Amino acid sequence: MKHAFDEMCLDLNGDCAVSAEATAPAAVRAHYRTYARWLQGQSASLMRARREEAEMIFRRVGITFAVYGAKDEDGSGTERLIPFDLIPRAIPRQEWNRMAAGLRQRVTALNRFIEDIYHGQEILKADVIPSEMILRNAQYRPEMAGVQVPGGIYSHISGIDIVRAGNADGSGTYYVLEDNLRVPSGVSYMLENRKMMMRLFPELFSLHRIAPVAHYPDLLLETLRAVAPPAINEPVVVVLTPGMYNSAYFEHAFLAQQMGVELVEGQDLFVRDDFVYMRTTQGPRRVDVIYRRVDDDFLDPKAFRADSTLGCAGLLDVYRRGNVTLCNAIGTGIADDKSIYPFVPKMIEFYLGETPILQNVPTWLCREPDDLAYVLDHLPELVVKEVHGAGGYGMLVGPAASRAEIEHFRGLLRAHPTNYIAQPTLSLSTCPTFVDSGIAPRHIDLRPYVLSSGKGVQTVPGGLTRVALKQGSLVVNSSQGGGTKDTWVVEE
Amino acid sequence: MLSRTADHLFWMARYMERAENTARMLDVNYQTSLLPQSATTAEEGWRGLLSISELTGLYSQRYGQVQPREVMEFMVRDESNLSSIWCCLRAARENARAVRGTLTTEVWETQNQTWLEFNRLLKDGAFERDPGAFFEWVKFRSHLSRGVTVGTMLMDEALHFIRIGTFLERADNTARLLDVKYHALTAHEFFGPVGVTASPTRATPLEVDFYHWSAILRSVSGFEIYRKVYRNVIRPERVAELLILRPDMPRSLAASVNEVVANLQLVANQDSGETLRRAGRLKADLQYGRIDEILATGLHAFLTQFLDRVNDLGAGISRDFLVPMAA
Repeated sequence: MKHAFDEMCLDLNGDCAVSAEATAPAAVRAHYRTYARWLQGQSASLMRARREEAEMIFRRVGITFAVYGAKDEDGSGTERLIPFDLIPRAIPRQEWNRMAAGLRQRVTALNRFIEDIYHGQEILKADVIPSEMILRNAQYRPEMAGVQVPGGIYSHISGIDIVRAGNADGSGTYYVLEDNLRVPSGVSYMLENRKMMMRLFPELFSLHRIAPVAHYPDLLLETLRAVAPPAINEPVVVVLTPGMYNSAYFEHAFLAQQMGVELVEGQDLFVRDDFVYMRTTQGPRRVDVIYRRVDDDFLDPKAFRADSTLGCAGLLDVYRRGNVTLCNAIGTGIADDKSIYPFVPKMIEFYLGETPILQNVPTWLCREPDDLAYVLDHLPELVVKEVHGAGGYGMLVGPAASRAEIEHFRGLLRAHPTNYIAQPTLSLSTCPTFVDSGIAPRHIDLRPYVLSSGKGVQTVPGGLTRVALKQGSLVVNSSQGGGTKDTWVVEE
Repeated sequence: MLSRTADHLFWMARYMERAENTARMLDVNYQTSLLPQSATTAEEGWRGLLSISELTGLYSQRYGQVQPREVMEFMVRDESNLSSIWCCLRAARENARAVRGTLTTEVWETQNQTWLEFNRLLKDGAFERDPGAFFEWVKFRSHLSRGVTVGTMLMDEALHFIRIGTFLERADNTARLLDVKYHALTAHEFFGPVGVTASPTRATPLEVDFYHWSAILRSVSGFEIYRKVYRNVIRPERVAELLILRPDMPRSLAASVNEVVANLQLVANQDSGETLRRAGRLKADLQYGRIDEILATGLHAFLTQFLDRVNDLGAGISRDFLVPMAA
């Protein structure tokens, strides 16, 4: 495999230019030059001290995520820190502008698609997507057919995972790796990482012009208020969390606090006379918009999983009557399913009549016999993903897999081809990262957050950069040893 | 405010207060045990401590004989003892975490830091090295937590429920502390005809009284207050008066119940009339009570009844605000 595209360094011979004592400024990409000069002036011991400081602060502030079944030595149970890397990932303003336009376009089309699927199904009638791929998909929610949602928006909060791979002219190409339209998480780390960087290295923010991100909670609140049921002037917005033992609990509490709205659990809600109420110390209070961080299946024990204690019985009925708005809507999974992903560029053309700005990764659908034959022939070079998998589980990374693992997947593919897609192994771009041995390149991805309401589609500059801290690893998920970085959109 | 949120705030405050009072009781017993006295007297102190916390059974099940070190171990860090400081601080922190968005950053970080630091101190052997300093640390973390709460929280329902939790717990704990005499020794020795004659090996009743009651005073930071208020020798009835009836003594039953009533009035809702009435009545009983009347009916009987009424208030608050039954 060729060396990956590096975000900071132009010429990479298996080593990052900034780790060498003498760095030719020419070897550093333009938007990183000021930073690289600054970095050279920092001793390793200072960087280590800063990293310890960051860790101490994250721990004290309680910016942790829960790991099921794990136990810390200090008895604090299952809370872990997500490693925070001190070296930021920087994106030049021009690149970001183009990416943002692509994100707006893509999310607009995805929302149009979901609306279409639950109403006229024009895209199926036009044979752009085979009907059975939608109607027989477990992510398709018949309960949503014909239901009107405010502004026709289904995915109010979308997390679009983007990676960058090397290309012929050395400029690197961004690809959308997957769309997350159910309950995308991680935005609190985007905000906390920025806060941390400003606390640890205030001087960097006077050396650069870095686009701010701290207004995200305001945009989110604006979005949630905008999609309240019609005829409600002062909507009551709440954040619905599965509770403090959920891995993203910190984020739920954080967002509720930043927006100044109640953080509720299923047990706090009840349905009466076609409306949803929360139990308060002053009696029941009606709820108009629920930013829910609970999966569809657990939302309403009467409609979905009967054993769920995380939801609120009768919620679906209230929702279908339009007396409460759920963000995101029920049934958005039909658009971010990995088997639907290959069709997104066609959706953009079909609904918007535009050429996609952001590229998809070429994808083989194993349900197609020709594709399956190709995939089986090329397993050692491909990434195979389970259609409904998430979190980096249930996947095969061909080049890194043992012969036994490959044979195991060959069996799975033959037995259940419709459960899998395959993609070429992209060499994710790298970014210099401060690891134990010093500064070394590590693979990264990017998750920008896109907010949609009837009034428009908005983003904050950047997003969450995740980094695979293990050398050579392409898996950036926090559950599998990934860390995060601050993400800068730098004005040039 | 969400009922569940109010519930977490209430219990966060109660557990923090309980951790502090446990540290106070342990500290006094520990300090007393450093005085020259018979082993029996020392053992009685530790036995009394277990008894007022209603933990005698659990302790003897786990450790058997009453040994100072083991009682301290049990009350400081035993995970099976839900009243141990470890369990209280964990519960305070878990309740805080469940509503961290309702707390100011300072309040949350104080609770979280207390928990992390407590475990670090235990691991470093700080408790074994110097129990006195360790208990002092717990007390000061509780002071800090209260100060940060009052100093940074918006004065709304959230703060009122925290205050209710703090003072309800304090009323309970001070009452138990006062009752320790009954648990440690037989009641008639102190509130009946004193039939014990002085002997060379045994302290005189006056001496016993002095050390015992001054220890109780110290455990509620009340020794200097006593001197200031009474300018007289330590007498049991005055100590009882100070800790039960004086509304200006911050840890007294009267002061605690006054705070509970004041905060309860601020959060009143359509269901809370009866609870408020009972709280007001308890307050009036303390306001217009006289120590000689209380002692005439018996201190232990009075305190037992008081604890029942505090318990009943807690149940009422829970029913009216925290865990409403009606859907």
